[in-house]
Amino acid sequence: MDLQVPEQEASFRDEVRTFLEENLTDEIREAGKMVTSVFSPVKEAMAWQTILNDKGWAAPHWPKEFGGTGWSVTQRAIFAEELVRAETPPLVPMGLHMCGPCLIGCGTEEQQKEYLPKILSGEHFWCQGYSEPGAGSDLASLKTFAEKDGEDYIINGTKIWTTYAHHANKMFALVRTRKDGKPQQGITFLLLDMDLPGISIEPIVGLDEVPEQCQVFFDNVRVPQKNRVGEENDGWTVAKYLLTFERGGQEYAPSLHVQLEKIKMMASRQQTVFGSLQDDPVWQYKLAQLEADVLALEFTEMRIKSALSAGKDPGALSSMTKILGTELLQAITELRIETLGAQATIWQPQALVPGDEQPIIGPEYALTAMPHYLNSRACSIYGGSNEVQRGIIAKAVLGL
Amino acid sequence: MNFQLSEEQQMLADSAKRFVRDNSNVESHRQNKKLMPLNEATWQQLAELGWLAVPFEEEHGGMGMGPLETMVLLEALGEGLIMSPYIATVVLGGGFLRRADAATQAKTIPALIEGRLQLAFAAEEYERVFSLENTTLQGAVKGNDVVLNGTKASVMNGDQADLLVVLVRTAGQLGDKEGLSLFLVDANAEGIERAPHRMVDGRQGAEIRFADVSVSQDACIGELNKGYDVAKAVLQEGLLALSAESVGSMSVLLDDTVEYTKTRKQFGVPISKFQVLQFRMTDMFIAMEQTRSLLLASTLKYVEGHADADKAVHAMKAQLGRAGRKIGQEAIQIHGGMGMTDELGVGHFVKRLTAADGLFGNADVHLRGMVKPA
Repeated sequence: MDLQVPEQEASFRDEVRTFLEENLTDEIREAGKMVTSVFSPVKEAMAWQTILNDKGWAAPHWPKEFGGTGWSVTQRAIFAEELVRAETPPLVPMGLHMCGPCLIGCGTEEQQKEYLPKILSGEHFWCQGYSEPGAGSDLASLKTFAEKDGEDYIINGTKIWTTYAHHANKMFALVRTRKDGKPQQGITFLLLDMDLPGISIEPIVGLDEVPEQCQVFFDNVRVPQKNRVGEENDGWTVAKYLLTFERGGQEYAPSLHVQLEKIKMMASRQQTVFGSLQDDPVWQYKLAQLEADVLALEFTEMRIKSALSAGKDPGALSSMTKILGTELLQAITELRIETLGAQATIWQPQALVPGDEQPIIGPEYALTAMPHYLNSRACSIYGGSNEVQRGIIAKAVLGL
Repeated sequence: MNFQLSEEQQMLADSAKRFVRDNSNVESHRQNKKLMPLNEATWQQLAELGWLAVPFEEEHGGMGMGPLETMVLLEALGEGLIMSPYIATVVLGGGFLRRADAATQAKTIPALIEGRLQLAFAAEEYERVFSLENTTLQGAVKGNDVVLNGTKASVMNGDQADLLVVLVRTAGQLGDKEGLSLFLVDANAEGIERAPHRMVDGRQGAEIRFADVSVSQDACIGELNKGYDVAKAVLQEGLLALSAESVGSMSVLLDDTVEYTKTRKQFGVPISKFQVLQFRMTDMFIAMEQTRSLLLASTLKYVEGHADADKAVHAMKAQLGRAGRKIGQEAIQIHGGMGMTDELGVGHFVKRLTAADGLFGNADVHLRGMVKPA
């Protein structure tokens, strides 16, 4: 066991850094600094995706034959870390990280040829139609129904928490095609166009006053059966494939480290009558707790990478990272508003919109603190709430 | 010891609750918070109900009540999404006016009570962890005048205020209690520039810049260089009011969350049946009741002038922050996606608690204050 970095990996990191320095535009860099969500401003994120795709780096985690990079687990991690360090806007994940892998694992050759290149290029902007008003944590109880009619399905129902549906031209959705039997067994995975007759979209304004999520309504929407991925009534298998595809793929620690460094800078600027907040033992104690937690998470994530590199199943560890990553992010955004005090209560979300020209009130570094604190509350709710995640560990790991 | 409300206090609480029931709804709150300035009609309603008169002497048209009645009123108002500059104008601004000279009182308090005069306490500064003695805004004494230079930040009601009470360092070193002065300044005086902004909870605030603003020493509240004690007393009344309002908001968050879990079904049952959620809502309840206890402790000790009143007020403000964050975060989490929307009241109450924590020193600041009471 050691922590040595092989020469070729160090030089790979240099290669990535050089690329970032040479290709990251000011607009994209600026947008990246203002991101207060896992979802970036669309225009800048897509511009960045185009630059990465031209280099062949838009989807390093895909198999090489579909447009991936063929990098090792470590190289992919280095790449992800460098993107985070440079504060690039995260790429919109629905196509690259959700729909794409499902098609790679379960799509027909025809579907792969049709969709995958357009996911990479950004021509297709995907949204995910999974949750419904009555099916959140209990996803398998979804009710949106697709009825067979000749060569088509006719869809009726509604989806909610559909991120960026108002920007998307494609949706991958889970719909019910059979009402009897086990709930998971009557679900089908479908691809559809967002401009089909009968689809209407209502944006939902969030706590940060940004319409990031949407509700989507389906009124007799006709979708060809050839848009089905996998077998009819077997959509649950397609959706679950994603879980195995990117195991260990998402790392939280690099971005959390960056956030902690920025908080230190902010604390150094805040003066008490005894000196800066950064020198205050109470503040230091809080920071130290978070630094210890993030270091532990970093090594938990490294254990996963190490297992994957050795071709082993990391097992329980990867189940933990969503809980830890999201809750640490929340704790860090909380320490940030604590560090800023009343300055964090100044509310100017319009200043986060790229291109906004209004003068900023207060220190610029305080601008993202409150929107990020509020937005990050969603991290323990979406993608399987942390209650659901704990339930999974209790069942699958502890055998309860 | 008696914790029962008097008949008069009970009436105040009942009418405030009625007002909230009739006037508070999420949709109008969403619209109101976009307004600059705030909805004037609401303020006039509060004036007509006599609530702006609560803490003032009867000779000025006041009701002759004190922090206990303010507590009762604000806890009830805190249960609604009523946005008003009550704390900035009546509790903080009014608190200073009550300690001003007789002529100033006669000139200002009746107008305030009628809803024609708005105030703000300009105390916070950028990159200064809040405490009164951490004030850098400079006041240079020149004969009978004092010339103000510097910037005040996150001033509640700062853009709407007609009069500002400005906390100024006129002598001494940073960190000294000695050498602080309070000036009552026309908000439109020459040299004052205001940059209005919303606060996270929708309240109005402003950055206020002072460039060679000349004020007469006659505008000093209390004695020159001896403003600390006055500022502390008024600030404590403000913190108690903010805390009372927060307790009202906490109780709504708890009630809404409990109700939501009874109607929200997942896995075939109302999610209120899940023990993990029951325990967490129980902890929300405990946190809220502990906050209510500290509210009583701090308000009564302040009113009766107990030796440990300062410590109790610090404890209260710290509890507001700690319990407010816990209750707010759990309310959102247990509501799931719905808790993240601008559409439900939950988020708006959470924002109010978050703002209340951040203003005038957050939980950490006041916990430190308990160790070394000011």
